[in-house]
Amino acid sequence: MSFKVAAAPHGHSQKKTNQVMAWVVFALIPGVIIQSYFFGWGVWFQILIAVTVAYLSESICVWARERSARQALRDNTALVTAVLLAISIPPLAPWWIIVIGTLFSIVVVKQVYGGMGQNIFNPAMAGYVLLLISFPVQMTHWLPAAPIAPYDLGLWQTLHTIIFEYTPTGYDVEQLRTTVDGMSMATPLDGVKTALDQGKILTEAYQQPMLGSLAGIGWQWLNLGFLLGGIILLQQRIIRWHIPVGFLAGLLVPSFLAHMFAPSIMPGPIFHALSGATMLGAFFIATDPVSAATSDRGRLLFGLLIGLLIWVIRTWGGYPDAVAFAVLLANLCVPIIDRYTRPTVYGHHSGAKHDAE
Amino acid sequence: MQDIKQFVESGQIARFPGGIHPPERKQPASEQPLRRVPYADELILPLRQHIGLSGQCTVRVGERVLKGQPLTDAALHQGLPLHAPTSGTVKAIEQRPMSHASGLPEQAIVITPDGEDKWRERQPRPDYQQRDKAELLDIIQAAGVAGLGGAGFPTSQKLAQQKPVSYLIINGVECEPYICADDRLMREHARDIVLGMRILAYITGTDKTLLAIEDNKPEAIDSMRVAIAEYDDIELRIVPTKYPSGGEKQLIQLLTGHEVPSKQLPIEMGIIMQNVGTAFAVKEAVIDDKPLIERVVTLTGECIEQPGNVWSPLGTPVDALLEYAGFKPEQQQRVIMGGPMMGFTLPITAVPVIKTTNCILVPSTRELPPPGDEMACIRCGACAEVCPATLQPQQLQWLAKAKDYPALEENNLFDCIECGACAFVCPSEIPLVHYYRQAKSQMRNQAREQAKAELAKKRFEARQARLEREKEERLERHRKAAEARKQMQQQQAQEASEQPSDNDGKSSAVAAAIARAKAKKAAQEDGSSTPAQPADAEPEQKSKKSAAVAAAIERAKAKKAAQQTARESDVEAESPATEQQRPAQDKSAAVAAAIARAKKKKQAREQQTSDDRASQSPDQEDKQ
Repeated sequence: MSFKVAAAPHGHSQKKTNQVMAWVVFALIPGVIIQSYFFGWGVWFQILIAVTVAYLSESICVWARERSARQALRDNTALVTAVLLAISIPPLAPWWIIVIGTLFSIVVVKQVYGGMGQNIFNPAMAGYVLLLISFPVQMTHWLPAAPIAPYDLGLWQTLHTIIFEYTPTGYDVEQLRTTVDGMSMATPLDGVKTALDQGKILTEAYQQPMLGSLAGIGWQWLNLGFLLGGIILLQQRIIRWHIPVGFLAGLLVPSFLAHMFAPSIMPGPIFHALSGATMLGAFFIATDPVSAATSDRGRLLFGLLIGLLIWVIRTWGGYPDAVAFAVLLANLCVPIIDRYTRPTVYGHHSGAKHDAE
Repeated sequence: MQDIKQFVESGQIARFPGGIHPPERKQPASEQPLRRVPYADELILPLRQHIGLSGQCTVRVGERVLKGQPLTDAALHQGLPLHAPTSGTVKAIEQRPMSHASGLPEQAIVITPDGEDKWRERQPRPDYQQRDKAELLDIIQAAGVAGLGGAGFPTSQKLAQQKPVSYLIINGVECEPYICADDRLMREHARDIVLGMRILAYITGTDKTLLAIEDNKPEAIDSMRVAIAEYDDIELRIVPTKYPSGGEKQLIQLLTGHEVPSKQLPIEMGIIMQNVGTAFAVKEAVIDDKPLIERVVTLTGECIEQPGNVWSPLGTPVDALLEYAGFKPEQQQRVIMGGPMMGFTLPITAVPVIKTTNCILVPSTRELPPPGDEMACIRCGACAEVCPATLQPQQLQWLAKAKDYPALEENNLFDCIECGACAFVCPSEIPLVHYYRQAKSQMRNQAREQAKAELAKKRFEARQARLEREKEERLERHRKAAEARKQMQQQQAQEASEQPSDNDGKSSAVAAAIARAKAKKAAQEDGSSTPAQPADAEPEQKSKKSAAVAAAIERAKAKKAAQQTARESDVEAESPATEQQRPAQDKSAAVAAAIARAKKKKQAREQQTSDDRASQSPDQEDKQ
């Protein structure tokens, strides 16, 4: 009788890559629910389109590369990329926006570089930046959050707007953003930035209608939702603390110091923490292991760099939010971070040699 | 050194980075008392049991052997002898499948037990303290004792290090899941183990012995605590359960707070580590005059009806052990020799228990599911988190797949202890250790090939230099002969000009004048700036001179090169000076020289093979 041959070790801790990815999607659920509460049904349609396009395009690419498509789809990485991109864009963005973004993320950023595990850049963020630069109007048309929104779109109206770019009653997205007094409503980050650029002080900027008790109406809860998801990931040991802590420290410490020195023109840490894509970025986007640094120290540094870049761009840059840019810039630095944060191997500590002599 | 002492005296337990907590599953097997398995129909004793050379066979087919009788001659101090596990006849000396993942055949002595179990004459030595340390080392070596915890390094060799030992560490950690052979031995034979520890301490001359046991073995801890109570210089250290705390390097880090420097042995820190099983074997070898002919083997896994630990004679086929324990194979059954983390699967079970076999594990697919499909690495870093050597397993994996050997070297692949923690946690189920082992063996082969090529190149260059030298010497001889001839001719011409003949008339007079002028110039060869040089003769003159200078330089160079190569490689025996002086016609001298050359060459070749052997030894150390 001959027996099965296998390589050691013969046991395995029962957490697999596909399960890790599934957990990431699972942990996004609280945030997505909050987003759909404040910003309408759009996010669900965006996710649906993105996932469909991602699976189709990934299948075709993997098939063209003569690999098993079934296995490639089973690892759930395309699912994570699609969902992250879909929740990053304005929920009412036309359908071709998410299609182009997803195609770019999956085909160019991921598969062209060799598929899962090989991409240099975070696929979702590279797709987001492509869209932001190519279609700035569609990509910045966020509706005001539900409590202050002039219109309330139903399921059908939302779908109609995504497909035809206007509601069944003929409003386009620009009109939907406009309040009764003829002002178009910006996101809190954008609003505060514009006000400050106009020479107003922070207290004036905070008096705009889209700002809530902590940061922006809706946005603050959205960020808290993603923070909750992040805590789930940490607790399940899907991600480790180094990147989120580095990220938040890099963003909040400078904003705190700046706020102390110039309280009238520098938004404080709470505003930064609960605005834009801060929490989504800290726990779900920067933590993509493939495009992040590998060692613990490296990850702390990687997170710090992203946080700092976000604060710099938000404060002085041309864009209101900067998570995607910051992540891509940090992705570029990963090889050098990895090179200089390599931990000392057993028996190579200088003390070890000294003692032996 | 002082730091280490301070740390050890404080009795602290340090921690090592990484490590994992796989399900221990020692339970059913560890609770059964040790049993003795009956002798199998035949006992298979591979000549090579462990690291080191295999000995020469000293028995013939058909010969009757007694229990404990040596079957092989230890090759110097590198190897260990084998002994008959029981009395019987030598059935065959032939190729048998090895206890190795490959199952490839290797030379083995097969013994048919006669059932009498008759011992050779024995001389118990309870008085070991009256004996010389060197004698005790010889006894341990002659008893074939090898390290029973790991790769089976000859114990006597490890002990024979001529370096001061401050701490003897006895390893009873046994951190790998399922395995409980040492646990059982400690529970049942604590006194014998302690006696072995005393002998080891006596030989190494250390005054402090540390006994380390993992805290998941309370019964073993209790029984050892009682056994060591009367000795002040033995300290018990209980280490927290974590895999791989029983690894030599990790245990040293736990107990001393210091790392073993890379590419060095613990002895450099004044530490020697022995396994509890080895201590037991040393006691039996020295005091009872019982060579290493049996060992404790854990038989475990859900596909066995009676899991437990057995005293298995060396050479017992695995299938006999499995049958004894009630083996119920399932589909796709794996039979693992060793534990679930570092053990290897056996393709066939007709292989014997050898000195390093501590466990036979036959798991069901339910308890140890077979590995799934390997997925791509997502650089999650889970492997780096658990690596006890603080390596970057994910990086090593990329490099191993890319066969980037220099980068692997730079990333310290050879500091990997192959514990398997990285592969255990890898969510993409990449068989990381498998890739590292492959890369390591390829790198070792490459280094070996490179050393060989280097030597061949040296030999070739030496030969080229010799041929070149010989050619130059030949040319030099020719040149000298030609010069002599020329001089003779010139002399003759001079003589002729001094006695002019009338027959030749004017033309001959002119020729004579030219010849005279030439001779004059030749005489003035050193003084270069004679103004009255005939224009037509000048270039020839100059070239001759420069040629002479060049030749002289060449000669000096060749000589120097020859001396250098002769000094460096020893391949070339002749010094150029003697060759130059030797008359070419002297045949007998040439023959003698040729013989001498051949001898030197042979010597050089022998030296090369011994060098090769020496260059292999680092691998062996690696496996310790």
